[in-house]
Amino acid sequence: MHQTAHTGGGDIVPAARPMTAEDSAAIEGFLAAVGGDRTRLLDVLQDAQRQFGHVGDEAVQAIAAGLGMHPVEVEDTLSFYAFLDQMPRGRFRIRLSKTPISLMKGAQQIARAFEQALDIAIGETSYDRLFTLEWTSDIGMADQEPAALVNGMVLTSLTPIDVPAIVASLRQCAHASDQRPFQVAPSRQGMPAHTAMRTSLVHAGPLLSGPCDQAEGIHAALAHTPDQVIEEITRSKLRGRGGAGFPTGMKWRLTRKAVGSDHYVVCNADEGEPGTFKDRVLLSEFPDLVFDGMTVAGYALGARHGILYLRGEYSYLWDALQAVLASRRSAGVLGHDICGRAGFDFDIRIQLGAGAYICGEESSLLESLEGKRGAPRDRPPFPTERGYLQQPTAIDNVETFACAARIIGKGADWFTGFGTKESTGTKLMSVSGDCAVPGVYEVAFGMTVNELLDLVGAVDAHYVQVSGPSGQAVAPKDFGRRLAYEDLSSGGSTMIFGPDRDVLDTALQFSEFFVAESCGWCTPCRVGTTLLKQGMAKLVAGRATAGDLAQMDSLGQTVMRMSRCGLGQSAPNPILTTMRNFPELYEARLSPAPFTPRTPLHDALRDAVVVQDREPAIAEGT
Amino acid sequence: MAEDIVRFTIDGVVVEGILGQSVIEACDVAGIYIPRLCHHPELQPSGNCRVCTCKINGRNSAACVTPATHGMVIENATPQLTADRRAVIEMLFVEGNHPCPYCVASGDCELQALGYRLGMVAPLQPYQWPGRKIDATHPDVYLDHDRCILCSRCIRASRMEDGKTVFGFAGRGIAMHLNIDAEGGLGDTQMAAIDKAARVCPVACIVIKRESYRVPNGARRFDTAPIGSDIEARRKAPLP
Repeated sequence: MHQTAHTGGGDIVPAARPMTAEDSAAIEGFLAAVGGDRTRLLDVLQDAQRQFGHVGDEAVQAIAAGLGMHPVEVEDTLSFYAFLDQMPRGRFRIRLSKTPISLMKGAQQIARAFEQALDIAIGETSYDRLFTLEWTSDIGMADQEPAALVNGMVLTSLTPIDVPAIVASLRQCAHASDQRPFQVAPSRQGMPAHTAMRTSLVHAGPLLSGPCDQAEGIHAALAHTPDQVIEEITRSKLRGRGGAGFPTGMKWRLTRKAVGSDHYVVCNADEGEPGTFKDRVLLSEFPDLVFDGMTVAGYALGARHGILYLRGEYSYLWDALQAVLASRRSAGVLGHDICGRAGFDFDIRIQLGAGAYICGEESSLLESLEGKRGAPRDRPPFPTERGYLQQPTAIDNVETFACAARIIGKGADWFTGFGTKESTGTKLMSVSGDCAVPGVYEVAFGMTVNELLDLVGAVDAHYVQVSGPSGQAVAPKDFGRRLAYEDLSSGGSTMIFGPDRDVLDTALQFSEFFVAESCGWCTPCRVGTTLLKQGMAKLVAGRATAGDLAQMDSLGQTVMRMSRCGLGQSAPNPILTTMRNFPELYEARLSPAPFTPRTPLHDALRDAVVVQDREPAIAEGT
Repeated sequence: MAEDIVRFTIDGVVVEGILGQSVIEACDVAGIYIPRLCHHPELQPSGNCRVCTCKINGRNSAACVTPATHGMVIENATPQLTADRRAVIEMLFVEGNHPCPYCVASGDCELQALGYRLGMVAPLQPYQWPGRKIDATHPDVYLDHDRCILCSRCIRASRMEDGKTVFGFAGRGIAMHLNIDAEGGLGDTQMAAIDKAARVCPVACIVIKRESYRVPNGARRFDTAPIGSDIEARRKAPLP
């Protein structure tokens, strides 16, 4: 496949060494840390991955025995997540973000530069076992592409000339420490300065302006009864900011009403939709606002436990977030008797994900929280009734909790003063692609696409991908439409494509994304996403006929109608919406004549004719 | 007792079920066949194949995992749903390797039978030709992964009915596959030919050795009557 001449090279799978007594003791430690609770399997596997660089068969056996599970059950979870390995890989995992945005910003050149510097191809591990080079799905850096993750450290705005320095720095880092190598995050020393993550917040509105008190929301909430808090949220008409737009007040009310031994508040920080990164901004710059909102929810729902599900790609936020939680506990706004209110106990733990877009789907997220593969659940029952550990659970987006904290602090009337009748408040838009200033913009709902394009300095947008690949491709004729639940609903991902961008190439890349991220549980999504990608690749290559196009259309609609969850139901969107909006581009790429095979049937059957010593009974000329 | 009865309509026919039944269970009792593949009446439903998808109160939902409730309006045998189900069956045909003419399950295979029932002629989608291995390590049972359609029946049966957890899934997306609870293959597990898990495979992935041709081709379940005929035979009144 890779034609470059290799001198050092790679593409070996490093041999796993047998487990030592020390390794076994380490696994015992990981098991003890979760109290032998099998619903915490994901944590145990991540600990083992950090310790050994992979989770091999022996480790699987030990973990299974320790948790009272079958190895096949451990492997079910282990094999599901992109950031967990069953086979050894290089000590430094270089994961390059592969998205239409990263590619337009030169990710292919970065990949070539790493291949040259490491003398391996994408997907390979170097012979010295120091490096594995891979593509990965969007890492939440669309405003700073090309970007990469190296063992949890993020590198942004890469240029090919940065690459030798980065590789040298990593080699230096390897030299300096060989103890428990996979636990060591690489040091930034020697890395080009501009590759450090920058702030993404460009335009703050009412939500993100002004002082951000540690517990403004919870102080205000405690002046009311839990029912009054839910009433205030309902009155604010706050709707879920992840994109689905479910009324938050109703979700909280349903959860509070549901009977269970425990109630849970879960914050969905599995921000995986390509092109969105506003939750990263909230968690890195406004974590108290988010935790305040979760605590308000805890009070309103009568929940004692909160969980933040943080996507694995954002592991670099872990330490800072834990520090914020610790400071909240010592300030008395988290933990026992919060703000001096006897009996108001609420604490938050962070669950780190392990590389799976599907876990942003709320029921998959719950499965993942319980240590299982991130396969969605069938509903009913809904999480509000039976969610985490089968208990009533309110799952809300990071931004929704931030809004909730502000609403309780400033009042529903303040909130409804922004936005439209149906879509109150503001929305954080993650803007990337062909524009002057990519980043996070807080805008009032109701803004038109045109107004947003003007705000971000996109002068000649050819089309805008609204709400990520699972959203829709919006053509200029629709730029007057409004960003609001009642018109163009969006989770915030806004990718802008200029006139030089290839619509069909982008649709193909998005269809590849869904192939990589389909969980596999149900047939239409598991097989359909692959068939759609193949159909799109055939079309882009100019080999598809009008019949193929009609078939792809029909297949896409079947996948939408028959898939189990939102991933499959929206996976055909990149193809179907561009097909509707840019039919001329599809038609221009069609092969003029039906496909005719280059190998005549007679030639194809030649071997069989020799073996059977007879000619097939078919007419000549076929 | 009256409050335990749920009454709903499916394709205009009124069905009375019992509270707690799924749509597919209630319809099975009433003699109305909803095409299905991963569902097995003696196992917990899992919603893998999506063949039993119906339009329930205007929304597509899998009948095997949807509880029957009072007043539901269900569409089942509509041209659209039949076409979508056929497309899903086609996907399974091209995903694995399914050479009906020489497969041991021919005539007894639920995938093949659904292809016939739903009017599949030949798959329109490209064959994927996966390279999967046969596991013949067990003395009485062999596994032909080429035929596996990831219905999870064996996984559920082994875990819940046999209490053995011999099977599981591994991987994700198009790479998801059936996994065995032993590195050495099925022969290293507690699997026995009398296990439930060995008897619920809808295709010829799990095959009991030395039993395959006791019933000759032409005299098998679906050679004589289309799949679903047994359920439809329960129907008391004639079809309208």
